[in-house]
Order: sequence, then C-alpha cells, then structure tokens
Amino acid sequence: MDFKDIFFYLIAIYILGTGIMAVSTRKIFRASIWLLFSLIGIAAFYFWLNLEFLAAVQVAVYVGGIVVLIIFSIFLTQKTGNQMAKTGTQQTIFAALASLLGFALTAYLVYQHHFGSNQTQELDASIENIGTQMLNPGDGGFLLPFEAVSMLLLSALIGCIVIAMKIKKEETA
Amino acid sequence: MQNTNLVLLTLASPLLAFLLLGIFGSSSNWLKKGAGIIGTLLMAVSFFFASQLSLAYFLNQTPNHTQQILFSYTWLQFGSGLSIDMGALLDATSAMMLLVVTFISLMVHVFSLGYMHNDERFASYYAYLGLFTFSMLGLVISANIFQIYMFWELVGVSSFLLIGYYFNKQSAVAAAKKAFIVTRFADLGFLIGILTLGYYGESFDFLTLIGRLSDVQSPQFAAIGVASFAGISALTWGLLLVFMGGAGKSAMFPLHIWLPDAMEGPTPVSALIHAATMVVAGVFLVARLFPIFAIAAPHTLDIIAYIGIFSALFAALIACTQTDIKRVLAYSTMSQIGFMMFALGVSGYGAENGAGFSASLFHLFTHAFFKSLLFLGAGAIIHYVHSNEMEDMGGLRKHMPITHISFLIACLAISGIPPFAGFFSKEAILHAAYQSNPAIYYMALFTSFLTAFYMFRLYFSIFWSTQKAAQDNAHGEGTWSMKIPLILLAIASVLFGFIPFSEYVSTDGKPIATHLDVLFSIAPVTLGVLGILLAKQLYQKASVKPQKIALALGSAYGFVKNKFYIDEVYQYITKKMLFAWVARPAAWIDKNIIDGFYLLLAQLTQFSSVYIKGIQSGKVQAYAMYFFAGILSLASLLFYVLK
Amino acid sequence: MTPVGLPHILLLSTALFFIGMFGFFTRRNLITMLMSLELMLNSVNINFVAFNKYLYPQNLSGVFFVIFIITIAAAEAAVAIAIIINLFRSSDSIDVTDAEEMKF
Repeated sequence: MDFKDIFFYLIAIYILGTGIMAVSTRKIFRASIWLLFSLIGIAAFYFWLNLEFLAAVQVAVYVGGIVVLIIFSIFLTQKTGNQMAKTGTQQTIFAALASLLGFALTAYLVYQHHFGSNQTQELDASIENIGTQMLNPGDGGFLLPFEAVSMLLLSALIGCIVIAMKIKKEETA
Repeated sequence: MQNTNLVLLTLASPLLAFLLLGIFGSSSNWLKKGAGIIGTLLMAVSFFFASQLSLAYFLNQTPNHTQQILFSYTWLQFGSGLSIDMGALLDATSAMMLLVVTFISLMVHVFSLGYMHNDERFASYYAYLGLFTFSMLGLVISANIFQIYMFWELVGVSSFLLIGYYFNKQSAVAAAKKAFIVTRFADLGFLIGILTLGYYGESFDFLTLIGRLSDVQSPQFAAIGVASFAGISALTWGLLLVFMGGAGKSAMFPLHIWLPDAMEGPTPVSALIHAATMVVAGVFLVARLFPIFAIAAPHTLDIIAYIGIFSALFAALIACTQTDIKRVLAYSTMSQIGFMMFALGVSGYGAENGAGFSASLFHLFTHAFFKSLLFLGAGAIIHYVHSNEMEDMGGLRKHMPITHISFLIACLAISGIPPFAGFFSKEAILHAAYQSNPAIYYMALFTSFLTAFYMFRLYFSIFWSTQKAAQDNAHGEGTWSMKIPLILLAIASVLFGFIPFSEYVSTDGKPIATHLDVLFSIAPVTLGVLGILLAKQLYQKASVKPQKIALALGSAYGFVKNKFYIDEVYQYITKKMLFAWVARPAAWIDKNIIDGFYLLLAQLTQFSSVYIKGIQSGKVQAYAMYFFAGILSLASLLFYVLK
Repeated sequence: MTPVGLPHILLLSTALFFIGMFGFFTRRNLITMLMSLELMLNSVNINFVAFNKYLYPQNLSGVFFVIFIITIAAAEAAVAIAIIINLFRSSDSIDVTDAEEMKF
C-alpha cells in the first residue's frame, strides 16, 4: 500500500462521510455546506486521478455555481436556523433497507466481475487535448454535442426565467 | 376489346347517375331540379351502349352463340387455384338481359319524369333508380358466382331503398324491411350454396365451375358427388341452396311473402323491380348455372319445376281475389315467374331437350315488357284516380284512351292470346312442359286460364264497369313522358313475340328452330279466351254476380283472399315460436349471462381499484421507491434468474 | 490488501450513489432532495471517469461525458430551483408532502 492508495482511502472516506452528513443533518443550511464539502472531495478525487481539468470544472461549476444557487434558494425559501421536519421512522427504515440492499447487490456484482485491465497507455487528459477534441468537427470530435449543450443551456436559462417570472402582470392587466 | 368498353360504359352511366345525384342531389338546387333529366339521359346512354353490345352479339355472330369473358380482374386471391375475380361474361342470356334491363329501366326513368314530378326527394329517387340499374346490370354480366352475389345484395339494398322510399309511411317501412329480411334470409342459403359449390368445384368462376361440375369425369365432380350431408349429396345441397337464394329474389313459394307488400314503393319502381328485372334474377341465376342443374343433378330440376308450378297456380288463385290493382299485378308476377321456373325445371340440356330453357328465358323477355307496361299503366291509373283499390275505378276507358289501349294489349299478351308476345313464349313453355311432364302441363294450362281471368277481371273493373263518383280528372291522363313509355312498351308487347328467340338463346349456344304447332295452341288459347269471356260476363257491368259467387264459395274464398294465410303462418312461426322459444331465451342469456359477466368484470375492477389506487398517492418519494424496487427486481432477474 | 483499482473506485461511487438515494427517499424538503440528486449525479461521474481511465485510456469519451453531465446538471439545478421557487410562491412551502395534488 503506497501513498497513492492511502490518499484514495482518505478521499473516499471524506467524500462518503460528508455525503452522509449532507443527507442526514436536519439543518438545511448545514446540509448544503456538507454537500459542498462532498463535492470538493470529488474534485480532489479527480486530482487523484490526474484529471486536473475535470477537477477545475467540478470546483467551478458545482462548488461555485450549483451549490451557491442552492444556498440562494435556501435563503429565499427557508428559515435556515430551523430544524427540518423529521421523516417518519418507517420511511427511514424502508429507505435505508432499500439503499443497503441496492448497495449490497451492486457491490456484489462489482466484486464478482473481473475487469480486464488496459494499462498500455496513459489517459491523456491535458487541457490541450480536451480542447482539440471538444471543438473537432471530425471523427471522434465533440463539436455537435458541444453545440447541442450550448442550446440546452440557453433554453434552460430562458425556461428558468419564464418559470420563475412573477405572474402578477397578468393579475393586474 | 370494344365489347369490354361497351360493357363498362353501360355499367358506368347508371353508377354515375347514382353517385352524382346521390351525393350532390340534395345540396345542389340545380341538380335537384334536373335530376330526372340527368338520370334519364344517363340511362339512355346506358341503353344505347347495351343495345350496341347485344345487337352486335346477336346479329354479327355465327349461329353458335359462344360465351365470352370480356375481361377479368383478380380481386381476391385465396390460394393457387381459388380466387374471386371481377369480370364480365357475355353470352346470349346476359346480352338479352342487358337489353331488357336497360330498356325497361329507361322506360321507367322516362315515366317517372311525369309520375314523380312533384316529389320532394326527386334526386334521391333517381339516384336509387341508378343504383338499382347498376346493380342489376352488374348482376347479369357477372363472370363469377361471388361477383353475382355482391351485385345480388346490391340489388337487395337498392330495392330496400326503393320500397321504403316513402319512409314516413309506416306500411312502406314495414314492407321494405320485410322484403329485405326475407330475401336476406334466402341469400343466406345462396351464400352457403356458393361456398359449397366453390369449395368442391375449386373455383368461383362460372365457366370453370360449370365445366368442372357438369363433367362427369372431372375429379371435382367425383368429390362433390361423394361428399354428402343428411343423405343428400353436396352437389344437390349446393344447387338447392343456390336455388333458395333465387327463390327468395324471384318470390317463389314459400319465400314469396315480400313481393305483394313491396308494392308500397312508387309504382314505376314496382314496374322496374318487382315486375321486370329484380324478380327475374332468380330465374337468371338458375339459367346461369343451368348446365350443372341439368347435367349433374336433374332431380333438383324436378324440385324447381314443382315449386315453380305450385307458385304459379298458388299466386294465380290469390290474384283472382285481390282488390288492390298493384297486388293483383304482384301476384300475377309471381305466377308468371313460376311459369319461368317450371319451364327451366322441365328442361333438359342440349339441342331440342333445352327447349324449356329457351322458352323460360323467352317468357322472361316478353314478360318484362308487358308486365312493366301493366305496372306503368297501373301507375298512370293510380296517378289519375289517387287510389289503388279497384272499387274506386271504373269506366276509365274514355278518360284514359292511351292507357286503356296499352293496358288491353298487355292483358292480351299476358293471357297468351295470339299474336301478342305472351302467346309465343307461353306456348313454348307449355310445349316444353307437355313433352316432359304432363301433370305440370295440365296445371299450367289451368293457371293460364286463371291468368286470363284475373287479368281481364282487372281490366274490366278498371276500364269498364261503372264510373265512380270519387274520381277527379283535373290533370287528365298524364304527361307525354308517361304516355310515351306506355306506347313504346305496347309496341314491344305486340312485336317481340315474333322474335325467333330460341335461335338466339339456348342451353348450349346452338340455335334451336322455333316451331309453332297450331293444333297444340288450340287448348291454351281457347282456355284464355274462356277466361276473358268469364271475366267479361262478371265484371264488364257492375253487378252483384261476383259477390254471389264469392258467397257461394264461402270459406274457400276467404281462405284464398287472405292469401292462404301464409303471412299468418309466418307470423305464428316467428312470433310464437322463434320469438318465444329462441329469441327470448337468447335475449335473456345476452342480458344476464353475457352482460352479467362483463358487469362482474367491471365491478371487480372497481372493487380492486379502491384498494390499489393508494399507489397513486401523489408522493414523489413513494414513486421513486416503486421505481427503485422495479429496477432492483429487474436487475436481480437479469443477473441471477435469467443468467 | 490489493492496490487501489477500478473495483475500489466503483465501490466508492456505488456507496455515494446509495447515500444520495437514501437522501432522496428520506428528505421531505425539495431543496435537500435536489442535493441528494446532485450526489447521485456525481457518483455517476466518478463511474464514467473511472471506466475511461482504467479500461479505455486511448480516448476521452468518459471525460467528455462528465463535462457534459456537469453542464446539464447546472441547467437542471437552475430549472429545478426555478420550479421550487415557483412552488414556494404558490403554496408557501417546499415540502414534498405538500405537493401531492397529482394523484388518483
């Protein structure tokens, strides 16, 4: 067991621990902060995998974007100091059982399956390579999905505005 | 190829009239007004092409009149050998029928211009006439027994429409339904017959079917002869069932009950359908399959002969007692068709043996003219008197001279008085009957005496007797459009008997020499004249003699006047037996068991839905849970069970 | 103990996924349910990257998938929050048990 492995275990424990806290704490603001930590942990995991660009994207979009958005909406809708209503015990037990069962099944499958390894070549995830492929219109390029996603983002933007727009105008008119 | 076009044009123009007037007739004012003209013109076009076709067929050919398939198009392919084709078969019979149907239809179209003049649904009337003519023409040129069945049903539908034309009249609606149901019932037999013959003959095509089933050596003939049901061979069953269809359309006893009631339709329609064309469809059908009947199963012909002669006598007896002129004519139609049927029944196949066949179709031919003349004349009279009852008529000869003369000609023709058309055809029939079955001959002789009697009873009651007060003669005898058809048909009734018919139409296409046996004619003509004289004695002047005779006959007279209570028998069978013992229990089963079963299903569904609707709780997390459970079970299924 | 490889990473992602799912089942607040969803999405991302790195290092498909998923997740979060705010405006609550008009 070398350092890299130890780091992996540390990161994994960190991610799972903060994740569990994020789904179990009863103060909503704290939940969002735990989530933030968990997502940072995933960014660290990407670093561990030598995927610096992905780690950067993770931090920028998730941590800087989505979590901030969530926190905003919490501020808009909730009294942050209050504890959230407790979930029924029965539901909790069911959910825990379901999750454990699912985990057990999947883990068992992973354990049983023998993945071939293909370590002849190192993954070249340099920013340069990603950028070239992203804007490559030819074979193996991702220009079309890139453009499609840009359209999706635009429509999501407009959609959000439309959904969240106040309907008061119609009432007064 | 030219004949093909002629046939198609003949059929297309009435169909065009039907579509044009049927679809646009009620919406376009212009079409509504011109419907009669358009329908008549299109019918004239049809008649023109049909006459071209049949005259070319009869005149330009060698003495042997062959059967030719003009065109054939495979419509439904069942297997390698069995298919339903749409085609046209031209032979002497169908060429003759084309001519008759188009001519009579044209006359009726012209007559209706005056007769139906002020009718509200003028356009629909002409549309129906077009449909009827189209289906009848399609029927006569059918090259395929299934095709004939389709047109057969089309004829049934159009006659339903025409009989029930005055649909706000209760009796007309009832009559239309009666005609439809009775003929439909007969057609059930027809269909089974078709399927039987088609199954064993392995073809629906007329020529193939006839070729196979009338050839004793063919494997199909052997098969159909061996197969049997209830001790009777499949061939006999098939032919009898086909004849049942024909008997239904041709109003043979005991399926005749619809014909007198069908007089509820407009009178020109009666002339067209119930005198000249539709009712002879049965005769035509038997004639079409005649080689099979005559060669393969002569005993079925005996049955046909007895049913024919019985219907003829039976109807003639009833006709003597009826007072509604259209009903008298209806029964006389039934009687005359009985003549045609038994003429077919006594006929054999080939050369001189086939004299009855030629005679039957000859009578069909001449009868079409004088019977439609009688009906159109009756139409003119009803138009004038506004009544169907003989009591309301009398002394009309001065008011309606043209109708009078033409009616007289028709009566003489139907009574078989020389030199009118009916004489020749009836002579031929009687001659054929005399040679094959004397019993039938004597019954036919008596029937023809009755025919003369009731026709002249009708004639004298209408045109002589005493003038009745109730007649208003404001509009005179009728328009020229009503008189011209009468004149033309009267001319036809006089002249057409001289056509040497059997030289053109015979069983095997080879001409038979026509011969007139003067000595043989003495008996029927004398009887006919006797019948006329008797009628003259009784009905020329209004008197009490007829009533006295009726009283003297007592219950026998009442029995006949009530049409031998056949309608009542049917009523009893349907109401008391079928309804009570079959329909009611069936309805009970339907209502309680069949419906009950589905009600039970519905209640079970409702019952269980109360309990399972909780699943649709509206709780997103519950849904997610179900979803996950589903995935989990699917995954386990895939990984562990179906591995 | 074997050196860390693909199975370990997959176990991590599985665990994270079911943690997210547990949250999704138990939370009643819509915003926290959304957070759980984000966790699940991230676990999927880990899977993509891991498969790409360990089994198919010759191309970058997994990485690109992750990039697109992150983008779409951002859009999804924005839309979801817009819906949540709208719901809050109309029913003054973002409790999932209060939003159950769509039932039998």
